[in-house]
Amino acid sequence: MSEHNKPHVLPLSTYLTVGGLLLALTVVTVLVAQFHFGEWNLIVAMAVAAVKATLVLLFFMHLKYDNKMYTYAFLISIAFLAVFITFTMIDTMTRDEFGRGSIDKQVQYQSAPAHGEHGTAENKSAEGDTSKPALHTADTTKAESHK
Amino acid sequence: MSSHDTHSHTSPLQHHFADMEQQRESAKLGMWLFLLTEVLLFGGLFCAYAIYRAWHPEMFSNAHTLLNVWLGATNTVVLITSSVTMALSIRSLQLNQKKQAIWYIYTTIALAGVFLVIKYFEYSHKIHLGQLPGKFYTYQGLEGTNPHVFFSVYFMMTGLHGFHVLCGIGAMIWLLRRIKANEFNSEYYTPVEMTGLYWHLVDLIWIFLFPLFYLIG
Repeated sequence: MSEHNKPHVLPLSTYLTVGGLLLALTVVTVLVAQFHFGEWNLIVAMAVAAVKATLVLLFFMHLKYDNKMYTYAFLISIAFLAVFITFTMIDTMTRDEFGRGSIDKQVQYQSAPAHGEHGTAENKSAEGDTSKPALHTADTTKAESHK
Repeated sequence: MSSHDTHSHTSPLQHHFADMEQQRESAKLGMWLFLLTEVLLFGGLFCAYAIYRAWHPEMFSNAHTLLNVWLGATNTVVLITSSVTMALSIRSLQLNQKKQAIWYIYTTIALAGVFLVIKYFEYSHKIHLGQLPGKFYTYQGLEGTNPHVFFSVYFMMTGLHGFHVLCGIGAMIWLLRRIKANEFNSEYYTPVEMTGLYWHLVDLIWIFLFPLFYLIG
């Protein structure tokens, strides 16, 4: 016996409209990137990407028409991702010179192990590969661009 | 109501489910849970991107000029279109239009192939010039900081994404076989729907990769 509760079929126009919107938003993303708004470039680009993502999730992936359980499941992954990235960035961005600023500052930090910041020196060596390229890079920078 | 119902082979209803709806919903929940793990997989890499970009802002600013925005934008258009065709394939099966469904999947595979071909040209150009990840970077033509970290992140993320595209193509070829063997109809097309969900996620990830690598202000 066939089921009487078939999932409902979206009209062709819905798919084509959403597809068109996604393409239009792609054009917007590329256009905005041609101008220099400083930090805002990243924020606007991510905002547009989020709108595109929402369209794909709601319509192509059917979240708008399905049981809310799937939406909540997906939002949980975004919530954990947000926690992951937020706390990591809070950590690294609030370390003294190493978390922010240019390569040059890291070089100064590396070459002069600071007094009273014993903990971070060990952290740097524990990071292994990531610190070594930074050192290598810094050497070339210092050699080339000496202001 | 379709005249040939689910009993053309054996019924697709498995005995441990009460009815088709429960089976369908279970499959969908399982697939969404898998997509959650994919979000966190790429999420970890996005976090690495955020860290490296925070540590070396000028490196990222310089290095992204070595990427071709038009190739990246074309790839974005290609993937978005492939998402549309994938969704339309599922819709065709909902309407018992087998031939259309097959055509739409062929189109999706073709578009995915175009994506990979463009990436092949991008990668081979970079390999030729020595714009390689980490300690393999040898290109001399860029002013400022050595961008090896940028290319490490670039190759890791776009490479893993490209691998996901390849797996998606494999899944779609598998679907083609099953559709041609009349295994699906308006009552049962769950594997196609699940592959569609996977494919839309692959598109979603690229929607974020594109501005983060190609369009840095």
